[in-house]
Amino acid sequence: MTAQTKKSIFNRPEKSYVHPYFGGIVLGIVLFLAFFLTGNGLGSSGATSRIDAWIADAISPSHVDNNPYLLKMAGGDKNPLDDWIVPVFFGALLGGFVSGFFNGRLKFTTTKGPHISNRARWLVAFLGGVIFLYGARMARGCTSGQALSGGATLSAGSWVVMFAIFGGAYGMAYFVRKLWN
Amino acid sequence: MNFPLPEFIVVSAANPWTYVLFGAIGFAFGYVLEMSGFGDSRKLAAQFYFTEMTVLKVMFTAIVTAMVLTFGAVGLGLLDFGQVWVNPTYLWSGILGGLIMGVGFIVGGFCPTTSLASASTGKIDGMFFMLGGFVGAALFAETEKFFTHWYNNAGYYGRVTLDQVFNLPIGVVVLLVVLMALFMFWGAEQLERIFGKKDLSKEPKLRIAGAGVLFAAALAVVFIGSPSLEDRYDKLTFTRTETIEQVDADPIVNTHTYTADDMIENRLVFVSPAEAFKAKYNQGMKPIYIDVRSEADYNLYHIEDAVNVPLDRLEEVIPILLSEPPANSVFIVMSNDEAAAIEAWKHLVASSVANSYILEGGVNNWIAFFGKDDKTIRPNPNAGDDELGFIFPAALGSRYESCSPSPIEYEHLEFEAKIQLQLKRDKSGGGCG
Repeated sequence: MTAQTKKSIFNRPEKSYVHPYFGGIVLGIVLFLAFFLTGNGLGSSGATSRIDAWIADAISPSHVDNNPYLLKMAGGDKNPLDDWIVPVFFGALLGGFVSGFFNGRLKFTTTKGPHISNRARWLVAFLGGVIFLYGARMARGCTSGQALSGGATLSAGSWVVMFAIFGGAYGMAYFVRKLWN
Repeated sequence: MNFPLPEFIVVSAANPWTYVLFGAIGFAFGYVLEMSGFGDSRKLAAQFYFTEMTVLKVMFTAIVTAMVLTFGAVGLGLLDFGQVWVNPTYLWSGILGGLIMGVGFIVGGFCPTTSLASASTGKIDGMFFMLGGFVGAALFAETEKFFTHWYNNAGYYGRVTLDQVFNLPIGVVVLLVVLMALFMFWGAEQLERIFGKKDLSKEPKLRIAGAGVLFAAALAVVFIGSPSLEDRYDKLTFTRTETIEQVDADPIVNTHTYTADDMIENRLVFVSPAEAFKAKYNQGMKPIYIDVRSEADYNLYHIEDAVNVPLDRLEEVIPILLSEPPANSVFIVMSNDEAAAIEAWKHLVASSVANSYILEGGVNNWIAFFGKDDKTIRPNPNAGDDELGFIFPAALGSRYESCSPSPIEYEHLEFEAKIQLQLKRDKSGGGCG
């Protein structure tokens, strides 16, 4: 790789985002292909949980043995990473990176509302992640695994989860408006 | 009916291509999320202040696109819906978990997958969200034990789809969801105009045509309908392997493919009473005995742990059989002889219930095998086909000795093993994992 092409990686002009309906159609086709080829939809929060189980199993297998929830994923000679959702998770990380690269959006920055400091934004992002994944494991799936995948297969429970997510977010939005506006 | 591809339903080290395929799906997933702007938390949060409805538009466009394509493919008989993962319904943990997720969404500004697209493009807040996610998931794993019963049982309905809830044909539900989505898109654009001061005249006109195409496709799904049970039954194939031992070489393994009717004709789905009984003590499988006779016959005599599902009510339990059981469940259906059990088996396999078998010779054969020493049960010479061939002193249900043969007395039983376990996808983690 020459110095010039290296430079262009970070100097690529930042392109604008695609139209939401176009993005949705492409995402829908990806989701359909996932169902059509493998019978599984999309997801990611399950992988977070499995990576946790893998770490727990590496540090303290006896802890896993005493926790039925972890045991289901990592008990005995089971490898918690042996699940379709794990390659999907790492694929999504890579896919996001490559799209960011081609569209000139690779840069270290913090996306936040106008009246909040970077540090405060990092703190609430971290907190939001804790809360979201706690809820996602409770509901057995996040926006991808429940709302998107379950929504498309018309799972009754997934539609309930989807409306609960929107309900929770809209219900809370007023109280945290300072974070965003 | 060849999709989904059986060898790609689970990832396995034996087939590294499964990692490639799932990785590619994930790659496309992350790529689309990033290019739609979901790496930027402001775009996501704006949804909840009505200034920009990108989240709703992308999500519902994706849902209806995938839904129309999926049910179109199912209707055309290309895709076996029984093999498609449908998130089971856990009503109360779903509602509470969903509300919690909503709070996390507006506080953190991401959902799990969008945080991946964000973190991987250098957004520091995305990285913090992702990190928080690992903590949240670990917290759940550590606290699940305090409410495990509620988590696993409250409002559990198994595999339920909206067509069953509203008792409508699936195509009609598809059409209604499309109409609802189109209405929501219209509403979302109005909200953007009012709260986000957006000029709608700059929006591409093509989206109107897109709405028309979507509506037409949904109408087509209604007209295609669902493949009938007969169609699905005719398309079924089963593979069976047979191992031939060699004197001084590796055994030869032959694989044969059969149609459903071949399986019956060659008696490959009939398990002997001995095998059906021994399955209970086999660590590798979990037999579920389904007794499709009338309740009266069932009350007279049935084998221990058999559940009574009269043939005409079989349809009602199929969603449960598809969603609930562990992957190594084996369903053994039985009638008095075989006729009703064969009907039940056809229904089950056409509905994609894996690992279904028939008790050879039915309950009558079971009694003849295990109950031959029970003097209280006398043969009934006047019994017709598929009727109980015995006369019982009382309706004792499963309290006759032969209903639960002694595992010690029958420790050694010879039989030709017919059950070949076909493992379904591992469901321990659930849809999103």
